Amino acid sequence: DERISVFELDYDYVQIPYEVTLWILLASLAKIGFHLYHRLPHLMPESCLLILVGVLVGAIIFGTDHKSPPVMDSSIYFLYLLPPIVLEGGYFMPTRPFFENLGSILWWAGLGSLVNAFGIGLSLYLVCQVQAFGLGDVNLLQNLLFGSLISAVDPAAVLAVFEEARVNEQLYLIIFGEALLNDGISVVLYNILIAFTKMHKFEDIEAVDILAGCARFVIVGVGGVLFGVVFGFISAFITRFTQNISAIEPLIVFMFSYLSYLAAETLYLSGILAITACAVTMKKYVEENVSQKSYTTIKYFMKMLSSVSETLIFIFMGVSTVGKNHEWNWAFICFTLVFCQIWRAISVFALFYVSNQFRTFPFSIKDQCIIFYSGVRGAGSFSLAFLLPLSLFPRKKMFVTATLVVIYFTTFIQGITIGPLVRYLDVKKTNKKESINEELHIRLMDHLKAGIEDVCGHWSHYQVRDKFKKFDHRYLRKILIRKNLPKSSIVSLYKKLEMKQAIEMVETGILSSTAFSVPQQAQRIQGIKRLSPEDVESMRDILTRNMYQVRQRTPSYNKYNLKPQTSEKQAKEILIRRQNTFRESRK
Amino acid sequence: LGGRCCVSGHSGYWEGAEGFSSDQIEQLHRRFKQLSGDQPTIRKENFNNVPDLELNPIRSKIVRAFFDNRNLRKGPSGLADEINFEDFLTIMSYFRPIDTSMGEEQVELSRKEKLRFLFHMYDSDSDGRITLEEYRNVVEELLSGNPHIEKESARSIADGAMMEAASVCVGQMEPDQVYEGITFEDFLKIWQGIDIETKMHVRFLNMETMALCH
Repeated sequence: DERISVFELDYDYVQIPYEVTLWILLASLAKIGFHLYHRLPHLMPESCLLILVGVLVGAIIFGTDHKSPPVMDSSIYFLYLLPPIVLEGGYFMPTRPFFENLGSILWWAGLGSLVNAFGIGLSLYLVCQVQAFGLGDVNLLQNLLFGSLISAVDPAAVLAVFEEARVNEQLYLIIFGEALLNDGISVVLYNILIAFTKMHKFEDIEAVDILAGCARFVIVGVGGVLFGVVFGFISAFITRFTQNISAIEPLIVFMFSYLSYLAAETLYLSGILAITACAVTMKKYVEENVSQKSYTTIKYFMKMLSSVSETLIFIFMGVSTVGKNHEWNWAFICFTLVFCQIWRAISVFALFYVSNQFRTFPFSIKDQCIIFYSGVRGAGSFSLAFLLPLSLFPRKKMFVTATLVVIYFTTFIQGITIGPLVRYLDVKKTNKKESINEELHIRLMDHLKAGIEDVCGHWSHYQVRDKFKKFDHRYLRKILIRKNLPKSSIVSLYKKLEMKQAIEMVETGILSSTAFSVPQQAQRIQGIKRLSPEDVESMRDILTRNMYQVRQRTPSYNKYNLKPQTSEKQAKEILIRRQNTFRESRK
Repeated sequence: LGGRCCVSGHSGYWEGAEGFSSDQIEQLHRRFKQLSGDQPTIRKENFNNVPDLELNPIRSKIVRAFFDNRNLRKGPSGLADEINFEDFLTIMSYFRPIDTSMGEEQVELSRKEKLRFLFHMYDSDSDGRITLEEYRNVVEELLSGNPHIEKESARSIADGAMMEAASVCVGQMEPDQVYEGITFEDFLKIWQGIDIETKMHVRFLNMETMALCH
C-alpha cells in the first residue's frame, strides 16, 4: 500500500543532461578564472585548461565509480559536435588574406597531411615488424589509419599565443589555413582508410582500389566545397527577403550551414569542407543583409556553440584518461611521439622548400621552425581514435592511449613553450616611443608604406581580385543583396558607431583638451618652457588612440573569444558597404 | 636605364633605377601600365585607380610625392605634371631595402636618401624647413580618422611636437629666441633613434628573385 510521498528523488531521469550541463558550467567557470589572471592566456593555450578540467572531472567520475554519460559516440560526434567547430572556423576566417595565400595553404595543408599520415603510418608499421615489441598483429592498414588520425593537427589552439607575440601575417595565415583544412582532410582520409579496412581480405586490395581511393579523395574534397558554395549562395539569397522578420535570420544562417554539412555527408562528400565553404561564401552577403542585432547574434551564437562542442570533447578526453581503459606499450607510444615530430619536421622543411620557389615572400627558416613547432594535436585526433570500431581494431586501447599521450605532450609542452620560442626567435627590437615626434613619424611611415604597397600592386593578385570584384558587383550583389535598405538600419548603425566613439572619447578624456597650456599664437615657436612629462604623456595618449589606424595586416583571430575591436571595424565596413549599395540602388 | 648620379653633389653614388633586377623591373612595368592605362605617362588622376589608397589618410601627400621634382631629381621645387616609367622607378627606388652588405658609407647614404624623401613629404612648400603650419597639417591628416577630435587638439599636439623638436635640435632656448622650423639636419637628429632601414622598405622590392605570384 503505497502512500504519496512528499519528496521524491529521481536522478536517473535527468542524469544525462544534468551532468552534461554541469561539465559545461565547470569548464566555463574555469575559463573565467583563466582569463581573470591576465598573463595566463598569453602563456599557454586555453586548450591546456580544458584538458585539465577534463582530467579533474574524469578523476571525480572514476573516484566515485560513477557511470559516465554517453556523450561521445560516432554519430553524436560527427553530427552534432564537429559541425559547430568547423563552422566557426570558416566564418571567422579573414577572406582576403586567405585567398591571396591559397596556393601555399592548400599545398601545405593538403600535402602536409598526406605526407605526415603516410609517413607516420609506414614508419610505425616498420616498428611493428620488430618482434620484440609484441606488436605483430597490427597490420599495415591499421598503422596507416593511425597515422592519418594522429596527423590531424589543431594549431588553432596556439593562435592566441601567436597573436600576442605578433608574428608576421603570412605565418599566421598559413597556420590558420592549416587548422581550417586539416580537419577536413584527416577525416576524408580516415573514412577512406576505414572503407579499405572493411574489405576483410587484406590481400584483395589491388591497384585499382588504390587508384579509386585517390580519386575518391579528390572528389570528396572538391564535391564538398561545391556543395558548400551552392548552399552559401542560397542562404544569402534568402536573407535578402527577411527584413520583416529579422528574428529568424540567425536561424536561416545556421540551418543552411548545417544543411550543407548534412547534404554533403549524405553523398559521402566532405561535410567539413562543405560547411567551411558555405560559411565563407555567405558571410559577405549575409552581413549586409541582416539587421545589426542578428549580425551580433550570429557571431556570438557561433562562438558559443563551438565553445560548447570543444569543451565537451576535451572533457570527455579527460574522462577517458582517468580509467582502466588503457593499454600501455612503451615501444609504440615512444615511437609514435618520435615519428610525429620527425615527420612533421620533414614535411615542413621539404614542402616549404618547394613552395618558397614560387612565393613572392618566402618563408624564412625561423618561420618554418615555428610552423614545425606549432604541430599541436587536439580534440580532432582524440575523437577519431576514440571512434575506431573495436571489431576492426582489436588493439584499439593502445591506439587511444598513444593518441592521448601525443595530445598531452604536444598541448602542454609545445603549447606552453611556443610563446617564448616565438619571442626568442623573433628578436624584437624594443621600440620605446618616448616622444610625440617619434609617434607621429612612425605612424606616418606606416601609412606611407601601406600606400606605396598599394600603388605598386603589392598583392599581385590584383588582376584576379579585380575581375572577381567586377563580377561580384555586377551580378552577385544585385541578386543577393537587398534593394531597398531601410534607412533606419543605416541610421541606427551610424548612431551606434557615433555613440561608441563618444564613449571612447570620454574615457580617454579628450574632451578636456584644454589641459595643454600651449600658446595658440605664433607661426614660430618661441623659446618658452618645456613640455611637462604629463603633457607629453597625454598628447601621446591621444595620438595613439586616435590616429588613423593603419590597415591591420595581421588578422586577429581568437578561437575562444570575440575581440571587441573587430566588431566595430566590421560594423564600419558594413556601413560603408551598405552606403555604397544604397547609392548604387538609387542610380 | 642609365645610371643616375646624385644631383645634390654628394660624394658617393646613388644607384637610382639601376639597382633593380630585370624581374622586378618587368613587374613594376606591368604595374605602371595598369595604372596608366597603357599610356606612356602617369598623371595624378591615374592614382584614383588604386582603390585601397582612398582609405589612406595621407593619400594626397603620397600621390604628391610621386610628382615632386625634388624626389624625381629634376629640380629644387615644384611638381611635375606627369611622370614616365623611369621616374616611377626612381620613386620606387627609395623603398628598396637597404643592403647591409654594401659597406657603411653606402648604408649611410641610402638612409639619408630615404630620410630626405620623408622630409620632402613634410616640407610641402620646398623651402627647406618644416614650419609649424606644415607640421600642423600633417598631424591633422593623421588624426583625420576620428571626426571628433577638434582642430584645436590637433594644433596643440603639433605645437607640442614642434617644441619637442626644437628642444632636441637647439637645446634650451632663450625666451626671445625664435625657432624657424626644422631643417634637414635637425630632421636627421630626430630620426637618429629610429631604425628607418627596417621600416621604410617594401618587401616587394626584395633583392631575391620572384618568379610567379604565390
